[in-house]
Formats: sequence, structure tokens, C-alpha cells
Amino acid sequence: MARISQIEGNFQFRERSQWWSVTVLSVCVHFPGLTESVIAAACSRVGQSVLHLDRRNYYAGNWASFTFNGLLSWIEEYKVIYFYHFHSDTSLCKLYQLNKIASKCYLLCVIYSEEEEETKAPLTSFQPVNAETVSEETNGDSTEAQDTVTGDDAMATDAKTPNEEHEVSEPKEEQHTSDISEPSQSQEEKEPQLISSPADPPVEVEKKITYQKLVKEGRRFNIDLVSKLMYSRGALVDLLIKSNVSRYAEFKNIGRILTYSNGKVEQVPCSRADVFASKQLTVVEKRMLMKFLTFCLDFEQHPEEYQGMTPCKPFREFLKNKKLTENLQDFVLHSIAMVTQQTLTEEGLKATQHFLRCLGRYGNTPFLFPLYGLGEIPQCFCRMCAVFGGIYCLRHSVQCLVVDKAANKVKAVIDTRGQRISCSHFVVEDSYIRDEQRQSTAYRQISRAVLITDRSVLPSESDQQISLVTIPPLEPSAPAVRMVELCSSSMTCMPGTYLVHLTCSSSGTAQEDLAPVVSQLFHVSTIPGEEPSEEERSKPAVLWVMYFNMRDTSALDSSSYSLPSNVHVCTGPDGSLCSDYSIKLAESVFHHILPDEEFCPPAPNPEDIIYDGDGPQAEGPGFDESTNTEADKSQAEEEGAAHEKSPSTESSEPAEMDSVTQQAPSDTTPPSEE
Amino acid sequence: QHGRVKIKSTAQQEEEKRKEREKKLKAYVSARDGILKKRSAGEHDEEALQLTQQLLSSNPDFATLWNYRREVLLHLETLREKDEVQKLYESELHFIEACLKVNPKSYGCWHHRSWVNTRLPQPDWTRELGLCDRCLSLDERNFHCWDYRRVVVKESGVSVEQELQFTDHLIGSNFSNYSSWHYRSTLLPQLHPQPVPDSAPNAKYELAHNAFFTDPNDQSAWFYYRWLLGRAEREEMISCVYVSREGERVSVAFSKPVHVKGLMLVLDGQPQQVQWRSAHPRFRHSPVWVSFTSASPSSFTSSKCKRLCHVLGSAESWCRDSATDQELFRSELSVEKSSVLQAELQSCNQLLELEPQNKWCLLTIILLMRALDPLGHEKETLAHFQTLKEVDPMRSSYYSDLCSKFLIENTILKMEYAEVRVFSLSDKNLTILCHLDQLLFVTHINLSSNQLLRLPPQFAMLQCLEVLEADDNAIESLEGLYHLPKLEEVSLRNNRILFSKKSKCFIRNPFSGVRASA
Repeated sequence: MARISQIEGNFQFRERSQWWSVTVLSVCVHFPGLTESVIAAACSRVGQSVLHLDRRNYYAGNWASFTFNGLLSWIEEYKVIYFYHFHSDTSLCKLYQLNKIASKCYLLCVIYSEEEEETKAPLTSFQPVNAETVSEETNGDSTEAQDTVTGDDAMATDAKTPNEEHEVSEPKEEQHTSDISEPSQSQEEKEPQLISSPADPPVEVEKKITYQKLVKEGRRFNIDLVSKLMYSRGALVDLLIKSNVSRYAEFKNIGRILTYSNGKVEQVPCSRADVFASKQLTVVEKRMLMKFLTFCLDFEQHPEEYQGMTPCKPFREFLKNKKLTENLQDFVLHSIAMVTQQTLTEEGLKATQHFLRCLGRYGNTPFLFPLYGLGEIPQCFCRMCAVFGGIYCLRHSVQCLVVDKAANKVKAVIDTRGQRISCSHFVVEDSYIRDEQRQSTAYRQISRAVLITDRSVLPSESDQQISLVTIPPLEPSAPAVRMVELCSSSMTCMPGTYLVHLTCSSSGTAQEDLAPVVSQLFHVSTIPGEEPSEEERSKPAVLWVMYFNMRDTSALDSSSYSLPSNVHVCTGPDGSLCSDYSIKLAESVFHHILPDEEFCPPAPNPEDIIYDGDGPQAEGPGFDESTNTEADKSQAEEEGAAHEKSPSTESSEPAEMDSVTQQAPSDTTPPSEE
Repeated sequence: QHGRVKIKSTAQQEEEKRKEREKKLKAYVSARDGILKKRSAGEHDEEALQLTQQLLSSNPDFATLWNYRREVLLHLETLREKDEVQKLYESELHFIEACLKVNPKSYGCWHHRSWVNTRLPQPDWTRELGLCDRCLSLDERNFHCWDYRRVVVKESGVSVEQELQFTDHLIGSNFSNYSSWHYRSTLLPQLHPQPVPDSAPNAKYELAHNAFFTDPNDQSAWFYYRWLLGRAEREEMISCVYVSREGERVSVAFSKPVHVKGLMLVLDGQPQQVQWRSAHPRFRHSPVWVSFTSASPSSFTSSKCKRLCHVLGSAESWCRDSATDQELFRSELSVEKSSVLQAELQSCNQLLELEPQNKWCLLTIILLMRALDPLGHEKETLAHFQTLKEVDPMRSSYYSDLCSKFLIENTILKMEYAEVRVFSLSDKNLTILCHLDQLLFVTHINLSSNQLLRLPPQFAMLQCLEVLEADDNAIESLEGLYHLPKLEEVSLRNNRILFSKKSKCFIRNPFSGVRASA
């Protein structure tokens, strides 16, 4: 029972009486990102007990938002590569934890802003970080260490004691741990261009925002690892509305859609008002564009218009056939449909239609952005889950799964402290899956860049606009780049700065893919003390930049893994602009787990909930904790899960519990929150 | 079903809501009665303000309560210092804002707000303007707010340029905004009282072009555009005078319908006392007036205009302007110079190429063509009318009437040029008759093979008409035929005349020499 009390110590329970309820879970969600959070909320909403485990100390995984300082420590952490690898006997399924973000990560940060006092010397206090983890090369075998480097020493050491007692063997590959920082250092030296090369000439400096200032105001930043927008009629917005989760967040309209063509940034006329106000279009172009867009809105009604173009003619050709001018073709292809030259007509029409249907619901562009960053969205679903009794545990991880081989089902999970937690379903993010469990390892990469700049790429009357900038490929072979420029009123950056996210599908490293675009659009000072040319000075200056690659596993599906049937793998964020893929995935997993239940029915208003304390009929711990034990007990019996139940409700280690509670972020939602 | 949140059923919720409503109603009714009693007792105190505030904040449309509040405020005003009055009314403004949130289109609220501002010792117009801007950003067509805004603008002296910019801004965010377009049309004349010649000739049309090229089906911009192109009022004047010695009559035609109170007939320098009657007893205002006098007048004076007429010794004589098309019919779109109109016609034709079915575009083109050269464009105009009737069948009768009007105008012009007194317009699908005042001298009219339904009372203006042919129409009523002194021959074959008592009488009654064939 020492083991069980250990669990209690780590979970933040207010009510001792229910500490053990986690051992009779219906669903255990591991490593939650957006998809996993939605599944958890949906399950919790219909009365399933849900446990969230996350080894990290922040929510939302690859979907997380960081403060500037948080991002810096995330980068620091990044220098070390984590691999989990557990030896286990045959009854245990091996879980192999890959790196958090991507198997191949290439990270580069450069600070371009200068400290005010030092007028000459380029700032060097923050060295460019170039961490390259090479899982393909290491092939899963050169796996390196684990818990000890998570930055949570207390828990890591705690975890060891029970592990030793437990059947699960401890990770053995620790010997490699210390090597890691060196390769990444050498890597850095190999690429001279990476060396931080800051600084604008001193003359200019007076008013500039310094790196110190960025660090000082770091809490004002909410920097997303994933850069996405929400289509106002997309799956995510629909779900937020339907489930009432929208009440936990606030949103801002994307103010304008821009594009980069012929060396300048210009506004894309996409709504009626834009077309009307556009100064770049001739009146005839206005008519042609409006006519085309009106047709796209219900293109299915006019099959004669595009019959000749389907099924295999590209959209681009169709646009040409429609006699749109070159200019208009670019607008439609890159900025409205947001498809490639190769996209087929019907797909292009559908994309255009979707864009147009989203227009006008909340504003003159089809997009919304959540205040405080995209990382809010998984958190909102986590909150919903918690309100209906879901339990959250950060800095806590699963070591392995207990598998009933005959049934090919997971019966329980063993956490890093060796605790066995029974569950009937296990939901996990793709990055936790070992290569041995994969049927195919084909996945793509996303190249990302995050910039902090001093002004907008297209200054206008209002400096508080979120802009989506679509950048057609600079060379035919290069990918199209999507850029989102966030203003400070989106609560993602400090006043006076803009937070710029660039995303494209990788053809090389993030820097190779994105640096050319960055240097086209922004002023990146390369030589210290060099006077920027007039042209350069007209561009926004980059104060800080980071490049990294992310794995895009969205192409994988359940057939890609050889796992027990009740293990549900959720792929990470995909490279698209919207989150629809993740939401649809969540819905399909949910229906797989609970085929007869409704997906995220509207949460009731607090005043419509009946508090009558009817024993097992009553609601989850979010509403009435005292009755929960009963409910869980009966449920557990029904499921017939074989697990130890502890009758004891008293044993506890308050000191340890406290320490965990303190370390956990304050926004952790305790199960008893109402 | 374990662990599920139990939720009240719809019936339970309904029941709760019903009870809630009942409670509210009871409280409301008793408060209302209390206030009305207080008012009839003539109590004007702070309590009255509080009570009315409670009710008005849930129902701002209760006009009686606003009236009561005004009474109370006027009374309190007399009791207080100036500073306190300022405070009193300022808090009133805050209260109204709360009410406007309940109903932003409450007549009572907006009216009360204007009133408060007139009472306020130091009104803060900037703030009021801000309020209007905010309201209009929420609902750009709230006409209550537009009205109030005009008051504020007037009081605070916002410049016309600023207001024009404001309409630009609103139109930019949504150009389907009649209020803004209309506001522009009132501002532009203030800014340029006289049409400024050649100052960026196309600049002011650009906005309208942008709007109707973006969405040609949005009529707000088209209306504005037509306003821009100008709708000149015809000046009131005596356009012609006809004197018949034989019939001892003087007929006077004006450029538009008038009531001839001040019309004087001066004969050889001597003012005459004559009775004027309109062409048809039904018209109080008419463009044609007739008086019976034995003498020949030489000059007419009305309150606004004067006209001299020299009558020689013949049986009849007249004098009139040699009317040009410009004067007669170009009033629709005439302010601009023809070079501008020509350019606009080109723009519209460009749009028509892209949108051959657009009715607004077609109609505007027709109007522009008429303004430029009605006879030269007659063929195209007719073709466009045909398209219009096809694409907009709901309004085909309107287009037919309009087309008839234009055809009549053209025929009159042709007649003018030919200097004849014969008006022939057969087989043209005419549906109505108009501009009959222009036909004062006509002796022969041929309207056969059209689709006329009646000979309207205006027909009585044809003072010289001798022969009327109107075969093969669908004429039902002959109202206009009764007052034609010189009519000799009428042909109404193949019509649908309803023989009422009166018309039978007409058939029998031998206006000497009238040969009727029906």
C-alpha cells in the first residue's frame, strides 16, 4: 500500500476519500495535446472518469503556449534529448518516449536587440542554441535518459524508489545522458552563420526594445509552438460553441489577410468590404473577383462551370480559364483557397468555398484567434474535463502498459513511480510510441520560425490587428509560407512588439526553409555596427528569432501502429492552418471509445444543475466529491477490472503532496474545482 | 449513466421561468401604478426619479414615464444651483445610456437625450459624438442614432469634411448602407454648393463605381450614383400661351403643375379680372390653365414669372419657347457636363459587358443615354428596355410605362423639330400617356395599336385637338375626352370601353360635329 499512498501524494486531491479513484479509470489520457484534451473533456462530460498524465510541467504538449522566459527555459531544456526506454518482460508493452517536439529538431535562436547601456558590443549573453536530436540516426537504440533531466528533480528521484521495487525495470541507458550537450555544441560550430550576429548600429538604438526588456516583460508573451487560426465555421469553433467550452476563452478577429508579392506586402481583398475598398484592383477586376467568389460560394449548383476541369485539372488552370487576371489568380490560389499550384480544381473550389462561408460570421475575415494564444484551447477543454471530474497530473508519466495479451487489451498502466492504475482505455500522443510499435514511420516535418519584431509588416491606421500573411513560394521549388503576425492586444506579446509565426512544410531545416522569407520581409541585422540601407530600415526589425522543426504525424492512422486495441494514438498538430484535423480525430477516437455516447453535448448552465446528493446518481467530483467513491466503486465493479482496491482512505504524506502542489502551475485545475 | 450531471428538465426550466416572469410582471404593474398615482398627485421629487428609473431601465419605451421625468427634472432644476443641475443632467445621460443598451432603437430614450442636452448647462458634445459613433458601429442603420447624430453635429459644429470622412469610413466597412450614402448626398452640396467644374472629375464617382462593380445588385450605391449625376429641378415658368379668338379662350401652360393664384392677365397694359380654371376640374394643380375672355391678352404675370405675348389678328395665335430636348426632358440626369456623362456611360457599358443581366446597370445606362442624346440612342434604349422586362419581370409594367414616357418625349421632340401639329405614335406598345401638357397645340393625334388602358384626365390639356385616333388599344375609360372644345373626330375601334352612364351621355350628346366611331 505504500505504492498507493505514493500516488496520492502526487495527485492533488483535496478529498482524501477519493484518492484511489484514479485506479479505476475509464480513460487514461497521456501526454495531452488538443486532440487528447478534447477526447478527455468529451469522455468526462458523459460521465467517464478521466486521468490526465503529463510528464511536463505545462499543459497542452506541442500545443502549448509559453511566456518568453518559459520559452527560453524550454529551449534550454531542449539542449538535452530525452528518450525513455523501458525494459520490460513480455507481459508489458514497451513505451518509448521520443523527444517532445520532434525526432529531428533543429533549433536556432538569435537575439538581435541590443542592450541599451552597451552601445557597441553585440549582445552575447544568450548564445544561439542549436539542438539537434537525431532519432532517425539513433534509430531508437541510442536512447538516452529520462526522468532526471525533466527539470523536476523532486519527482524524478521520488519516482525511482518505487520503480526499483516494481516489476518494471528501470531505464538502463543513463550512461549516454551526459554526452548530449557536446554534439549540439559542435553542431553549432559547424554552421558559422548561426553565431549570433546582432545589433543595429548604436545610433539607432535609443528607443529600441532590448533583450533585457523582452526578458523583463517576458510574462506578457504567449508564444505558441503551433501556429494556427480558427476558421469561424470550422470544426473547432463549432465544437467550442456546441460544448459551451467557448465560455472559458476570449477571441479576437483576424483583422486582415495580406500577401507578399512583387516585393511588397499588400492586402488581399477577400470580403465584399475589402474588394470595395481595394485600391490595387481595377473596377473590372473587382467585378471579376466578386463574380468568381460568388460562384464558389455555391459552386455545386453550377456544375457546368467547372465540369471540364474535374477530376484532374489543377485549380490554377481553372482560374486561368475563368479569365481572372494574374493578380487575381494569385490572390485566390495562395490567400483565399490557400492551396498549391498542383491542387485539383474541385479541392480548390472546396477550399475557397470554406473560406467564404467563414467570412462575415465574426468579422471581415474568416478567422478567429484565441486571446493569450492557441495554447488556451486545450486548456479550455482540460477545464471542461476537470469540471466534470477529470483529474490532472503534470510532471507525471506512464512507464508502461499492462497488456492482456489474449484480449489484446490494456488493463492498466504503470506510472513512473511504479503505480498501477487500471484503465479501460488509454489515449496517448504519437510521440510516445516506439518505432517498434509503428507499421510505418512515414511522416512529414513542419518548419517553424518565431520572431519578435518592432512593427507590423504593413502599418495601417490601427496598429492592433492580427494579420495572416500568405507568402507564395519565392522559388518554384520552395514551399508556400504562412505567416501570422500577432499584435499585443491579442495578449501574446508585449506592447510595442509583434509576435510573428512562420510555418511551412519542411523541405530542409526550418532555417533553410524560412530564413529567406524572413530576410525578405524583415530587417535582420547581420553585421554588427552596419548601417542598414534605406530599404532595410523600412522593414520591421527582428528583435529575436527562433527556428525549429516539428514532426507532422497527421498522415498516420490507427493502422500505422501495432498496439492493443484500446490504446488510441493521437497524432500531433498538423501543418494546416486550422485545427479541424485534430478535432475530427478526437471525435472519431471518442466514438471508438464510447460508440453510443454523444460527442461533447452542451454543458448545462450552473443554475440548471440539480444538487440533491442522490448517492451514485450524483455528478462527478467536480460537483459533489463525497459521493464519488460510491460511483467509482460501482463502475469499477461493472467493468470487472482486476485491480487492487485499497480500503484505506487515510494514508498520506502531506509534506510531499504540498511540494508537488507548489510546483504545479497555478492554473492546474483541481478536481474539486467548481 | 454513472457520474453524470443531473440537469433540470425542460419542463422544470419552463416552469421556473414562468414563475419568474409572473413575479416580474406583478412587481412591474405595482410600480407602474405607484408612479402614475404619484404623477397625478403632482409630486415632483427625487423618489419619482428613482421609481421611473427602475421601470424605464427594464422598459425604456414607456413614453409617459419619460414625460414625467422631464416634469420632475424641470421642477428640480428650479430648486438647485447650477453645478448641481449639471450633475443632475449628467447622471440623467448616464441613465439613458443604460436604457439604450436595453433598446437601442427606443424613441423615448433618444428624444429624452436630445432634450437633456438642451437643458444641460455645459453639454459635452464630443462625448455625445463618441456615443453616436459607438452606436453606429454596432448598428450602422440605426436611424434614431443618425437623427441624434445630426443634432449633435449641428450643435457641436463638426466640419462637413469630417462628416464626409465619417461616411467614407462607414461605407468602407459596409457599403450597403443607405444612411451613409444619403448622408453624403446631403453633405456634398454643402461642401460644393456649385458643381465644381473639372476638379478631379471622376473622384466623386469612384466610390460609387467601386460599390457597383463590387456588387452590382446592391441598389444603395446606384441610388447615390443617380443622385450624383444630378436631378435638376425644372424652373417654374410659363412655357407657352395659346389664344383662341374664336373660342374666346386663353390657355397658359407652365413648366410644371401649379396652382394659379397669382396669375394675372394683362391686356394692353390693363390688368383683367378673369377666372382661371384648370384643364380638368379634377386638378387643383395643373400645368395648363384656361380662362375665357373676349379680348386678346398681351402679357401674363404670375408671382414668379412673366410672359409677353403678341397676338395678331388671326383666329388663333400662340407663343412658346422653341423647346429643346435639353429643357424639356433632360431633367433626370442633367447637372453634369456631357463629357462626364459620356465617361460614365462608358463605365456602365463596361459593367454591362460583365453583367449583361443587371437591371440597375441597364436602367442607369438608359438614363444616361437619354441625358446625352435621346433620339440618337432610341434604338439601343428600346433594346435595353426589352432586356429589362425579361430579367426583371416583376417590374415589367414599370419599365413599359417608363419606355412609353421616353417614346412620347422623343415623338414630341421630333414634332418640335418638324414644327407640325400632328402627333403620331401608333404601334409602339405605349401603356401610358404623359407629357400631354406639351401637346397644347396639337390638332391630330394617332395612338392606334398600343396598349393604352385609358385616356386620362390630362387629356383635357389638348386644347386644340380636333382628331383623335386610338383604335386597337385596351381603353376602358374616356375620362379625358369631356373637356376638349375643338374635338371633331374620335375613332376608338376595338377597345374595351365600359359604357357607364356618363359615356353614353357623351355618345348621345352631340358636341357639334364630333364623329365618334367606337
